[in-house]
Amino acid sequence: MSAPPATQIVGDLSGLPDSDSGPRHLVWWGNLGFMLIEGTGFALAIAAALFLWSRAPAWPPPGDAPPALLWSGLLTLGLFASGLPNGWVKRRALAKDAAGVRRGVLAMTVIGLALLAVRGFEIAALTPRWDKDAYGSAIWMLMLLHTSHILTDWGDTAVQAAWLYTHSIGDDQFADVEDNCNYWSFVIWAWVPLYAVVYWLPRLG
Amino acid sequence: MTERLAASWADPPGLKGFLFTVDHKRIAGRYIVTAMAMMALAGLLALDMRWQLSLPGMRRMGPQLFNESFALHGSTMLFLVSVPVMEAMALWLVPLMLGQRNMAFPRLSAFSYWLYLGGVLMLWVPHALGITPDLGWFEYPPLSGPGYSPGHRADIWAQMITFTEVAALAASVNVSVTILKLRPPGMTLPRMPLFLWAMLVASLMTIFALPAVMLATSMLIADRLVGTQFFAPAAGGDVLLFQHMFWFFGHPEVYIIFVPAVGFVSTIVETFCRRPVFGYPAMVLSILAIGTLAFGLWVHHMFAVGLPRLGNDFYTAASMTIALPAGLQIFCWIATIAGGRVRLALPMLWVLAFIVTFVIGGLTGVMTAAAPLDLQLTDTYFVVAHFHYVLVGGAIFPLLGAFTYWYPKATGRMLGERLGRLAFAAIVGGFNLGFFPMHILGLWGMPRRVYTYGPEMGWGPLNLLATFGSTVAVGGGLLFVANALWSLWRGLPAGANPWGAATLEWATASPPPAPSFAMVPVVDSLTPLWPGDAPLRVMTGLRDDRRELLVTSVVEALPLYRQKSPGPSAWPLVAALAVSVLFLGSIFTPWALIWGAVPVAVALTFWFWPHRPRARHGPLAARR
Amino acid sequence: PAGDQAASVFRLFGLMLLVCGLFYGAVLTLLGWSLARGGRAVAEPWLRRGLWSWGGLIIAGLLVLLTGSVLVERDLAGARARETLVVKVTGHQWWWRIAYRDPASGRWFETANELHLPAGRTSRLDLGTADVIHSLWIPTLSGKMDLIPGRANALDVTPRVPGIYRGQCAEFCGAQHAHMGLAVVVEPPARFAAWLAAQAAPAQAPADPVARRGAQVVTQGACAACHLVRGTAATGRAGPDLTHVASRQSLAAGLLPMGRGALQGWIGQPQALKPGTMMPAVPLDAADLNAAAHYLETLR
Ligand code: HEA
Ligand code: HEA
Ligand code: HEC
Ligand code: CUA
Ligand SMILES: [Cu+2]
Repeated sequence: MSAPPATQIVGDLSGLPDSDSGPRHLVWWGNLGFMLIEGTGFALAIAAALFLWSRAPAWPPPGDAPPALLWSGLLTLGLFASGLPNGWVKRRALAKDAAGVRRGVLAMTVIGLALLAVRGFEIAALTPRWDKDAYGSAIWMLMLLHTSHILTDWGDTAVQAAWLYTHSIGDDQFADVEDNCNYWSFVIWAWVPLYAVVYWLPRLG
Repeated sequence: MTERLAASWADPPGLKGFLFTVDHKRIAGRYIVTAMAMMALAGLLALDMRWQLSLPGMRRMGPQLFNESFALHGSTMLFLVSVPVMEAMALWLVPLMLGQRNMAFPRLSAFSYWLYLGGVLMLWVPHALGITPDLGWFEYPPLSGPGYSPGHRADIWAQMITFTEVAALAASVNVSVTILKLRPPGMTLPRMPLFLWAMLVASLMTIFALPAVMLATSMLIADRLVGTQFFAPAAGGDVLLFQHMFWFFGHPEVYIIFVPAVGFVSTIVETFCRRPVFGYPAMVLSILAIGTLAFGLWVHHMFAVGLPRLGNDFYTAASMTIALPAGLQIFCWIATIAGGRVRLALPMLWVLAFIVTFVIGGLTGVMTAAAPLDLQLTDTYFVVAHFHYVLVGGAIFPLLGAFTYWYPKATGRMLGERLGRLAFAAIVGGFNLGFFPMHILGLWGMPRRVYTYGPEMGWGPLNLLATFGSTVAVGGGLLFVANALWSLWRGLPAGANPWGAATLEWATASPPPAPSFAMVPVVDSLTPLWPGDAPLRVMTGLRDDRRELLVTSVVEALPLYRQKSPGPSAWPLVAALAVSVLFLGSIFTPWALIWGAVPVAVALTFWFWPHRPRARHGPLAARR
Repeated sequence: PAGDQAASVFRLFGLMLLVCGLFYGAVLTLLGWSLARGGRAVAEPWLRRGLWSWGGLIIAGLLVLLTGSVLVERDLAGARARETLVVKVTGHQWWWRIAYRDPASGRWFETANELHLPAGRTSRLDLGTADVIHSLWIPTLSGKMDLIPGRANALDVTPRVPGIYRGQCAEFCGAQHAHMGLAVVVEPPARFAAWLAAQAAPAQAPADPVARRGAQVVTQGACAACHLVRGTAATGRAGPDLTHVASRQSLAAGLLPMGRGALQGWIGQPQALKPGTMMPAVPLDAADLNAAAHYLETLR
């Protein structure tokens, strides 16, 4: 039997701040963790598509046209263009500029909505159907995976905008905005390999 | 400990507190109890199976019931027992070992448990209704595809996996961030207990491995529900794609179960040999090596599918390489015993049983790793023997050792030693008696997953022996549980540190109060409680009128800031319910993904809605 | 082992057992020795030296095992394909379709659930499946190879010792995976050739009235929808070829020893003997059942 050990006080933490930003913040790491999970998911989905591609005599199979470039091109351009305002919002968050962050997040909500609309047209133009052959299944899987990420991040941004406009903003909220911007960058960069596999792999011949 | 601190961390009384708690100790406790109940169920199921196999031509079960039994046994043991129980141990121990008051994301812990419970119900409620998956713990298409598995058995299996894997992913992010960012001042990475290294690596492995199985099972459901053609060769699909994706997860999975056990063993060995584990750097490197190598050898589960020989050689080499880190670990533990003064208390006995049993399993693993030899051994009882030796000997024995070791900390009472030793002898003896003959059965040609066999095979006597041994082992398991319950009531009071152990969880009372620690401990060695009778050094300054945690830097563990920590909340439970509805619905209609997402979004919005005063400027400012 | 492939794997197993046994012995010895020291702690430098030597030993052990494994792998892959006999084996839930080429006519013909191989010669088994994944395993001759939809696999076997061996499906394939057995008959080449010629011939004509009645039942009734009896009107392909069914050792993929009683029982109630089997019970009155069994019994 023993009691807890005697203690000797060697310091005081009450002077520490009660928030921080970037990798010093706890939530930044949580965000990173979920991006790792999803990034792994993307990578594996791409690997699965490449596996099917490597087994297929022709990709796309005879009778299927390669996916159309118009809407996807627009989306790709738009997605990359949105990186600029996204970066700006992140810098505003790091500078703890409440007014800038409010306007920026609202703008990103609008931009996200526009991109979702483009994505809608892109998907409407996607052929063949997912149930025609494995090729169709693969491109639909990749597209839906990415779309669900645009959608969730857009929802997050919209809720954040609503909150920011109605409440007073503290350090933790700046950190949240920063994390959301990081996540959007992740959505942008994740599109690069997906775009290549969905739209350019079938054109390799 | 001040009243105010205790009040800030207290849960509301009654049912509300039960449902809304975010206390890692309570959540982990129910996680462990649920997993143990599952282990008991699946263990009894195994006995039923053994009964059917005990004699040739037994008529206890028909093929359908037997197939359901091993599918349920394997799926439960791996998805609902082994992986969750290891996470639960991390959930309980990691903050305590860090001298912290809670996990990094308390509500995520609660969410993880509720989803895990959803997975449990997902498998066992349909079982009660007679819709049991019947294709094993991995269900290869096309057998599990739309053509050969009508009905919903395969969907239930696949969606049960989604539940438990989302739960496991949530727990892993939580555990790894807690270990990386909530270490006490002074606990730099090189001063981190081996247990925390093990849990960190297991969590990171989870993050990289589990998406594979979620993707594979989602593709399977899509093939079954909306007619995608991923695994349909006639339309350009490939059935082996499923196997690759499953084992890309499945192999790391077994180390996700084993690596935490390495953590338990290291901790117990350290305490009962009264010295730090010999070869700390070698141990850490071994854990890291196992964690990395594990991703490069999934194909050793697929040697018989007819891949190019050269590829097989590569995976043989990669698989065998794992014997190096594993062997070094075994050596370090033995060397710790040799280099210390060993005390053979119950937890230490479990460690010895672990070494003696696990090494057999590891060596048979190396045998199956040789591709040509595996062509003879795969899908026989030799493999069944291998994986029970590593799973039971390599993971369950350390787990039971860990239970006996931390039982006093969790309950404040000592576990009965006599009954404990009896249970120990029955489990270890019975297990070896029951499973060693399976090696021979495998070599004699007995395939796995057969519901019966003819008398002319000559497999009868050894099967009877296997059944007998298993019965003894399961009886020992029941004794173990009985002992735990009895000691809860009559055990000797334990005090804070009954074993004279060196890590921080022993610095607080047993059982730990809601905030666990009154002050933040400061660490300057691997064994902070050991430098004789020197007082434990601590820091003050976390607020006691609200929940706060100390966040430190990743490598050096320098104090950075004080993080507000959320209190009890209904939203994890609501969100888990909403997600469950979505998962369940998506078995029946793809539209569930759309309408099911709405309640999930609402729940998450409430969950993450920050509580701060209304804005006083701008167009939407609060009116005074 | 009764074949080259199984023999070289068996040698590998011996090597494995030896090396692994030595390591297990070493672990037990070290552990026992450490426990028996009663607290006289070994000094740190010695432990460190031990760690290095142990690491070296493991690497050496692994190299031995790896070399052995790769050599055997080479051995198995080594083509010994002089005038190889090719046999097509197709997995079905839960029986084996087996096809040979008749050397006389050059045409492929089928049989089921019994594989005959000439001793002393390498045969190539071309493996395919009609439904799910199965795995062909004849332990005394060779390791397993899976039968996978959409893929072509092959297994080379070189049996040496004539005899009757048991094969088995080794990949879980549904309800009756347990009863997906296979008899493997290894015979001297001359006997094998005679067997092949006999199997290639069409079915015997029924000789007595009961058999004639039975032939009617089998070749003109429901059975004909699924079974082929060469030389008759029965041309179904869903079930095993019955042309020479009575020449086989066993019935329904190793379920029952071949015989009159077994045939009668099987035709009468296949679902009771092999629950889940794809063969339905065809309603027949006792006389027809008897006649059908009698007829099949004559199909040698
Ligand atoms: C906790 C779980 C666990 C652990 C730790 C392991 C550990 C290992 N496993 Fe096992 N394995 C499973 C769980 C586990 N396995 C399961 C569940 C299956 C079956 C899945 C299914 O089909 O249902 C399986 C199946 C399985 C197969 C496929 C068999 C088949 O289906 O045909 C193979 C093949 O290579 C394999 C290999 C190994 C190896 C090489 C190790 C190594 O990590 C072992 C390393 C340890 C040692 C080697 C012992 C200590 C070392 C020494 C004493 C040094 C000296 C040794 C030498 C020089 C050889 N395992
Ligand atoms: C951790 C995982 C785990 C554990 C613990 C066990 C434990 C046991 N297993 Fe199983 N088993 C699997 C994982 C596990 N198994 C898997 C993955 C498969 C493959 C399934 C498939 O093919 O798809 C399998 C398959 C399998 C088969 C092969 C079926 C077949 O191929 O046809 C058999 C047959 O004998 C069997 C038997 C047993 C027995 C008798 C036990 C005994 O229970 C062992 C003795 C018990 C103990 C050592 C534990 C003591 C503790 C308790 C009894 C619990 C009580 C405790 C509390 C309530 C706290 N198991
Ligand atoms: C719907 C298809 C179907 C019908 C109709 C059918 N069978 Fe079968 N039969 C099968 C299948 C499939 C098997 C293989 C079953 C197994 O082994 O699991 C089989 C197996 C057999 C066997 C064993 C063959 C062997 O190689 O061991 C015999 C004999 C047999 N059937 C006779 C009959 C007779 C006689 C009838 C009619 C009275 C009949 N069958 C009607 C599908 C059918
Ligand atoms: Cu066919 Cu198992
Ligand atoms: Cu493995």
